Amino acid sequence: MQIFPVSQLTRYLKEVLETDPLLQDIWVQGEVSNYSHSTAGHQYFCIKDEFAQLRCVLFRRAGSPRTTRAHLFAPLLAPPPVTLHNGMAVLARGRLSIYESRGEYQLIVEEVEEAGVGMLHLRFEQLKQRLEEEGLFDEARKRPLPRVPGVIGIVTSPQAAALRDMLRVLRTRCPLVRVILAPTLVQGESAAGQIAAAIDLLNAHGEADVLIVARGGGSVEELWAFNEEEVARAIFRSRVPVITGVGHETDFTIADFVADYRASTPTAAAAAAAPDAAEWRRSVVAAQERLAELMENKLEMLRGALSGHRRDLVRASPLGHLTRARQQVDEATRTLSERLDHALGMRRERLRGASLHLNSLSPLLTIARGYAVVRREADGQTVLSVRQVEAGDELDIQVRDGHIRSVAWHLVLEDEQNGEAET
Amino acid sequence: MAKQKHDEFAGLTFEEAFERLERAVEAMDGGDLSLDEAMLHFEEGMKLARYCERLLDDAELRVQQLLTDSAGNLTLASFESEC
Repeated sequence: MQIFPVSQLTRYLKEVLETDPLLQDIWVQGEVSNYSHSTAGHQYFCIKDEFAQLRCVLFRRAGSPRTTRAHLFAPLLAPPPVTLHNGMAVLARGRLSIYESRGEYQLIVEEVEEAGVGMLHLRFEQLKQRLEEEGLFDEARKRPLPRVPGVIGIVTSPQAAALRDMLRVLRTRCPLVRVILAPTLVQGESAAGQIAAAIDLLNAHGEADVLIVARGGGSVEELWAFNEEEVARAIFRSRVPVITGVGHETDFTIADFVADYRASTPTAAAAAAAPDAAEWRRSVVAAQERLAELMENKLEMLRGALSGHRRDLVRASPLGHLTRARQQVDEATRTLSERLDHALGMRRERLRGASLHLNSLSPLLTIARGYAVVRREADGQTVLSVRQVEAGDELDIQVRDGHIRSVAWHLVLEDEQNGEAET
Repeated sequence: MAKQKHDEFAGLTFEEAFERLERAVEAMDGGDLSLDEAMLHFEEGMKLARYCERLLDDAELRVQQLLTDSAGNLTLASFESEC
């Protein structure tokens, strides 16, 4: 039989407790008693019920003492940290350990909540875990939202401000869409069933391309319908993508986890469902500009090809020869006309010389020297011999400065003796 | 004349018209088109773009309500929202 020192036994027990997975993350429900807190900020108390009690310690941490698992659920249940007091019904989560020097086991509390809220939290966590394991939250399952929805189905309360907000957003962003409202209650006992039915109805009707499941802000209890399994399953089996917009920025519901897209508010859900028509307009204008650019390129290319062909044609065509021939003709013509001019000049020169020479032979010059020309008045014949004239013929005697009209009186033939002339 | 042009696409939703517009752009981007083919795509694309713009200009949000009648059939009724 082995004998243990107390410390060794206690250390052994501590080890047993701290390696038990169940005891290392456990929820305990009960009523606070013996509450106290140290100057260091640690809180000590017991949780008890009718038959037993459990020592608890809540160590002070940097920041909020109870938000270690805040990343998912805490935003939904984010009241100010609970101020504990004796007699308060609470739900505490933590791990069991042993305080060795006093031989007491205790719960080292990670988070503690008032029991009502705490129960919801517990249900939420359990359902979330179950559905997550079942694959309802799988990212791979989430469908892309239609880029240009024709019809948007909305599941919400017809009276609520949330609907008005969504319609206002849709009207300004994208009035091209049609909205089909499937009215439901969004809080209270029957809300979850109605929401699930509305999602199914919109799917059965078949016109909506995308669904919005929405509700304005409210308390945890008011938003609770969106944490019910029925709603989660209806969203999961919807054939068209579902957008949730429940509560405010900080509220996360089970519906949000299942949804294809989680928007922070109803307004944001509407904006996510319908793209901004101004963007479409820009897309249309961009497509138009692209078309014009492509057409311009096409024409530019054809123009380029055309002028290339034309260049080739010109190079290969008889037009070039013609041009060259025309140039040769031009040149020949020019040479010819130059030569002609030259020849004409020469002849003109020669003519001038000849006419000068001719002038020197002219009888007029002889006349000028004192000789006269005698012509018969009757026929203008120049008289060279007496035999051409008979007495009484009219004669024209041309001298240097004029004519003398005269009549032959007497004819004298000098080398023959049978005639005499009279003057 | 302008009326006639629009009627060519009557009944097309914005999405359908925009998809056809994108196809026209793709066809032209594709390259080896004859001038005639390119002109056809270009002209259709331009007409579609104008049609799309007209849809955007004329659009007005329609809101309906999904109801189940006594026989259990789904019907749509107009829904008057107060905004």
